[in-house]
Amino acid sequence: LDLRFFYFFLSICESASFFQPISDSHRSAAVELFSPDHGSLKSLEETYEALRTFDVLGIEKKPDVTATACRLVSETVGSSSSTLKNVFYALKANSIVKCKINDKAYQGIITRLNAAVDGASSLPDFYYSVGGLVLVKGSKGDVHLADADGIFRSVKAFRQSDGRWRSSSSNPESSAFAAGIALETLAGVVSLASPELDQSLISTLNNDISKLFDSIEKYDDGALYFDDKLVDGHDHQGPLATTSSVVRGLTAFAAVTDERLNIPSNKILGLANFFLGIGVPGDAKDLFNQIDSLACLESNRVSIPLILSLPSTVLSVTKEDLLQVNVNTVLGSNAPPLTVKLVGVFTSGSKAASLVESQELVFDDGTGMYNLKNLPKSIDVGSYTFVFEIVLHELEHEKIYITGGQKKVPIFVSGLIKIENAEIAVLDSDLGSIETQKKLDLAGQNAVSLSANHLQKLRVSFKLTTPHGLAFKPHQALLKLRHESKVEHIFVVGNSGKQFEIVLNFLGLVEKFFYLSGRYDIELAVGDAVMENSLLLAIGHIELDLPEPPEKATRPPPQPVDPYSRYGPKAEITHIFRAPEKRPPKELSLAFLGLTFLPLLGFLIGLLLLGVNLKNFPSNAVPATFATLFHVSIGAVLSLYVLFWLKLDLFQTLKLLGFLGVILVLVGHRVLSHLASTSAKLKSA
Amino acid sequence: MARTSSSKENAQALFHSLRSAYAATPVNLKIIDLYVGFAAFTALIQVVYMASVGSFPFNSFLSGVLSCVGTAVLAVCLRIQVNKENKEFKDLPPERAFADFVLCNLVLHLVIMNFLG
Repeated sequence: LDLRFFYFFLSICESASFFQPISDSHRSAAVELFSPDHGSLKSLEETYEALRTFDVLGIEKKPDVTATACRLVSETVGSSSSTLKNVFYALKANSIVKCKINDKAYQGIITRLNAAVDGASSLPDFYYSVGGLVLVKGSKGDVHLADADGIFRSVKAFRQSDGRWRSSSSNPESSAFAAGIALETLAGVVSLASPELDQSLISTLNNDISKLFDSIEKYDDGALYFDDKLVDGHDHQGPLATTSSVVRGLTAFAAVTDERLNIPSNKILGLANFFLGIGVPGDAKDLFNQIDSLACLESNRVSIPLILSLPSTVLSVTKEDLLQVNVNTVLGSNAPPLTVKLVGVFTSGSKAASLVESQELVFDDGTGMYNLKNLPKSIDVGSYTFVFEIVLHELEHEKIYITGGQKKVPIFVSGLIKIENAEIAVLDSDLGSIETQKKLDLAGQNAVSLSANHLQKLRVSFKLTTPHGLAFKPHQALLKLRHESKVEHIFVVGNSGKQFEIVLNFLGLVEKFFYLSGRYDIELAVGDAVMENSLLLAIGHIELDLPEPPEKATRPPPQPVDPYSRYGPKAEITHIFRAPEKRPPKELSLAFLGLTFLPLLGFLIGLLLLGVNLKNFPSNAVPATFATLFHVSIGAVLSLYVLFWLKLDLFQTLKLLGFLGVILVLVGHRVLSHLASTSAKLKSA
Repeated sequence: MARTSSSKENAQALFHSLRSAYAATPVNLKIIDLYVGFAAFTALIQVVYMASVGSFPFNSFLSGVLSCVGTAVLAVCLRIQVNKENKEFKDLPPERAFADFVLCNLVLHLVIMNFLG
């Protein structure tokens, strides 16, 4: 349980929507996203998007951007091989940068576009050609469509019964995106038509638009949008592009017809909320779609949405923050004269009556915001829902603008909580008498040192008061005791009213503490989202003396070991070698070796003294050789034994011995039998 | 005085008679006796060495001593068999006894060499 985080984000459980209008963060994002090194100014379409975004946001165009755009425009307009789409976007870009294009080029364009209109077979073809003509009319003036009725009907042929449109006759998929393009094209046809178009055609289109709005989708926070579910995935534009297309088409069409479109105004507000709810997009095309659509909504002829926003939704009672409210159009421009009413304030999650009376906010000319002079005394720290309502001053404005009725805004009111009478004490169990008592300063450092045994109790108590003097129950009021072996125990501090107290009776906790005696560090945590002085404080330590654990006592849980510690060096192993035997000094051993030869010497000398001779050695050749062989083989066997001692093993020795032994036996037998026969002959003779 | 001197004289007389009797033994027996003495002395020297420096490679000590003792025992057996005054071995030719002596010694020394380590 990590006690360090006391701040949690607010969860919107009701449909309390809260959108901010376009701000400077959008402007800086536009500058960054549309910069040439971002690589997004390669095609005419992207150039146009950049120019339009800068234009709407009021960002000054850099001269090199204008120059590049003009160059691209004149290249495209002058060349007869540029595509229809490029010509369209070149003209669109030109409507913003207003480069000089000569009359001859214009004539060429007009001819080209007219031919394209006649030969158009798919919705994009109609869109680019008609749109191009509209733009040329915007700069040159005298452009007309020859067969406006016929073109209108051809475009309408793409309509499907569910309100969506196909983009080409070959592709059966219908989409809202194509619907937006179609509406824009038809608006262009209407504006170019002379004589006037048949009004019945326009009324049926009104019904088509209502049909299209039946397929609008909704987010929980009140935003409305269009999305296409196409089977062929790679044509899928996404909800932002689709909704932008519809908004463009819708507002373009509303601009050219006097008939009132029967679309409920709060749907327009929902669409505006969709675009504002995106925040600041990270993609250039998304930013363009958002800004372009909001620019269309800013001054559309259906209804102009007014956005209520607050610069800050966290107010501090202690610092006496002002509640400020802003009402703007979607692009952040000023709203018409109106009043903002605070209808009521409700505690979050409660259905009780409003804590304040309905009152009006005061308009501050300096900041352009509506302020609530003082937070009413009935509003203490906590989380509330404020309900606002916008009331337009002029009646006609209610047809032009849409305010969205009552708006619920979640507001946090925070403040400094007074912590008083904080103390820690060790009590004797039965009598309740105080053995040690220390005062705590919960705003500063503490290093209390206590000691207790299992027969005593520990008490921690303090008093919490809100800035308005009421009782306050924080989200977390916890006492933690941590043993030196890192085993922790956490207890919740209970309260009755303003007084918070916890009593730890060690007699009952002995088993929970695993019978671990020793030093416990004490930590106190008191915190809440609205408490500006939440604290996590090390109070000091207590030496606990607990009895010995019995046999069956539970062991404390193993503390988490650093998982990499098992890769660290292991304990050193000390080998215990057998002490080598003490050997005698070399000289002594060599001396005795010499001594051992002495008896041999004595034997040889004795033999000499006895007068041994080799007379019995056979003199004849054959026995003589055998005799020598006999001695030689004995010598061989003895030297084999020496070799055996020095380096041979038993099996090798036995093999050789077997071989030599056979020789020895044969030879020996011959010699000795010869000797025996000679001595027998001597005896008999 | 007379008894002690007589015992001393007896000892001396005994020693002299032993010496003269021994001189009468045949030479080959004397050779064997000499060999036994040589083996015994070698064993004694090894025991003295062990007594002075300790019996650390005990197997080596044992093999050394037992080789001397074994060869002495075999020599004694040879002497018994070769001695002409010994009626029991009248029919055994001395060469045969000698051959046995050599063979047994070779076997003994094989074992000794193995145990020497």
